[in-house]
Amino acid sequence: MSAPIIQIRNVVKRFAGGTTAVDNVSFDIGQNEFFALLGPSGCGKTTLLRMIAGLETPSEGEIIIDGVDMAFTPPNQRPVNMVFQSYAVFPHMSVLQNVEYGLMVTGTPKDETRKRAKEALDMVQLGHLGERRPDQLSGGQRQRVALARALVKRPKVLLLDEPLSALDAKLREAMQLELARLQKTVGITFIIVTHDQDEALSMADRIAVMNAGRVSQIAAPIALYEAPASRFVADFIGKVNLIDATVTGVKGNEVACKAKGLGEILIPSNQPAKGQVTLAVRPEKLTLGTAAPKKAGLVKLSGTVRDVSYYGDTSHVIVTAAGIELAVNVQNDARRSSIITRGQNVWVSWAPDDTLILTE
Amino acid sequence: MESWRNNRFLFWLLTLPGAFWLALFFVAPLSVLWVYSFGAKSGITDIEITGTALNYLRALDPVYFQIMWKSLWISAIATFVCLVLAYPIAFAICFAPTRWKPVLLLITILPFWINLLIRTYALMAVFRTNGFVNQTLGGAWNFFDGLFTGGSFPYQPLQLLYNDGSVIAGLVYVYLPFMVLPLYATIERLDKSYLEASLDLGASQFRTLMSVTVPLTMPGIISGVLLVFIPCLGAFLTPALLGGANAIMIGNVIEAQFKSANDWPFGAALSFILIYATFGALALRWVLTRKSQGEGA
Repeated sequence: MSAPIIQIRNVVKRFAGGTTAVDNVSFDIGQNEFFALLGPSGCGKTTLLRMIAGLETPSEGEIIIDGVDMAFTPPNQRPVNMVFQSYAVFPHMSVLQNVEYGLMVTGTPKDETRKRAKEALDMVQLGHLGERRPDQLSGGQRQRVALARALVKRPKVLLLDEPLSALDAKLREAMQLELARLQKTVGITFIIVTHDQDEALSMADRIAVMNAGRVSQIAAPIALYEAPASRFVADFIGKVNLIDATVTGVKGNEVACKAKGLGEILIPSNQPAKGQVTLAVRPEKLTLGTAAPKKAGLVKLSGTVRDVSYYGDTSHVIVTAAGIELAVNVQNDARRSSIITRGQNVWVSWAPDDTLILTE
Repeated sequence: MESWRNNRFLFWLLTLPGAFWLALFFVAPLSVLWVYSFGAKSGITDIEITGTALNYLRALDPVYFQIMWKSLWISAIATFVCLVLAYPIAFAICFAPTRWKPVLLLITILPFWINLLIRTYALMAVFRTNGFVNQTLGGAWNFFDGLFTGGSFPYQPLQLLYNDGSVIAGLVYVYLPFMVLPLYATIERLDKSYLEASLDLGASQFRTLMSVTVPLTMPGIISGVLLVFIPCLGAFLTPALLGGANAIMIGNVIEAQFKSANDWPFGAALSFILIYATFGALALRWVLTRKSQGEGA
């Protein structure tokens, strides 16, 4: 990671009334990073973002932006700008006036203000709508105004609070790509707050998963999905089959686990593990077949199909096998692929290497 | 459920009592008064409707015109003072903890529970030569005077009552809640992220107030200004008690025409000039709100 632009050190936020929104959080965010704060609602991610912006004051700890402790820096003097969840585009100003506002209030010369505001609007493809009033714009356009208004200030860090939550699904997908492209173009750090895992996985370089005011894990999207550190992260990011198991022994690079219905299986792992653990395996790693798989070394189970949800490209199948329920994602990769029906007897199998041992 | 507006019978049934009341006790007497304003006194109690405009012309006489002009600027100053005082109060109530808001609003409207006359007399007790203000100031003055000069400059009581200042103070005191309430309602509805966005974009607190908060709360400001300005213009109790002889307002002149002067036609004409001025203010508000809506506020 490059030199950190933001350092968060033991930050705690307690609100009047006793709730602790952010509970002793420490991490760094690098230069030019696209960083996501991901978590369920009420996990403290927005509070953390607002503390970086200076709109909330930490109860404890420090926030350092570009090497400077921000403890006594008000929001209007921080080198960061924010795109608000409601966009907060001023309704009494035109689009151009909205974008010019941030430069005007800091005494930038008129010509330069106009020039930079127009450039910023061109960057978000709104150059032709400068004279419009915000109530004449669509939700997506208003968001672009909010983006241009923040970027025109040339901040060191752009903060985005649930920027896509108010957009419809199609537009959201397009904006995800555009935000990622924009971040590469302007070359500054983006910090995005979201509760949508797809958004975080597709856009971010690194993701901090937050739960109940604490950071559960910080990792790149692939690592987060394929190697979650805890039951919470595994369950929050994507779908997962979680199976309770007991470690019976360690043989070299393999851990022997015993689980209900699975018997004893050997899982490749370098992590030390003992006692009660949780086995995690993603639904798309599971294979469904009508006959027992011939390949050796697989975890295999025979069971009955309890439910099928058809999504066109994939089908989500729930199989009851040996007293446990397993979710299996099947790719419908041939037009005439065999149709799975409820009550059918099937075999479920997966490679032991696709199984994760979670100790917390 | 079917819209009640579609049921004409029900609509009229619900509207009728109120409409009847307004017609009988508001429109009818006002119409009589309007007709009187075109009449002339023909005896001690008799009025002859002659269709003359003399009453209105007489209102333009410098004596009355000056009083009208004075009423306008006294009302304008009182309204402005109300606005300046009420804006921070309304803001403070909006940003107060939720459980304090009802209490603070109650305190704001508490004076309504006390009779206007009693409140005005209470104000006289505060302002008069031997009142609380003069006693407090005098006590402090004489204490320090005795300390430093041995009492060679005794306190001269301030003349706080019976002037324009005391009328303005009285009007502000009486009408302040009418300014606080509409301002509170607008500020409460204002999305606070506009203010945060302004700060985030580098604006100072003062700049945010002038460029974002005030423009976005303009509907509340206009409502409050009208709610204070219109009754101030017609006030007669406050100037009569606090103003003395040299701070008379148009309301006092009108009262005198109906009572001591016994010139109902002229009183009616003055009243209607006041009503037309009010209509003018309302029309101005309509134009202003339409303009701000057209701009997308």
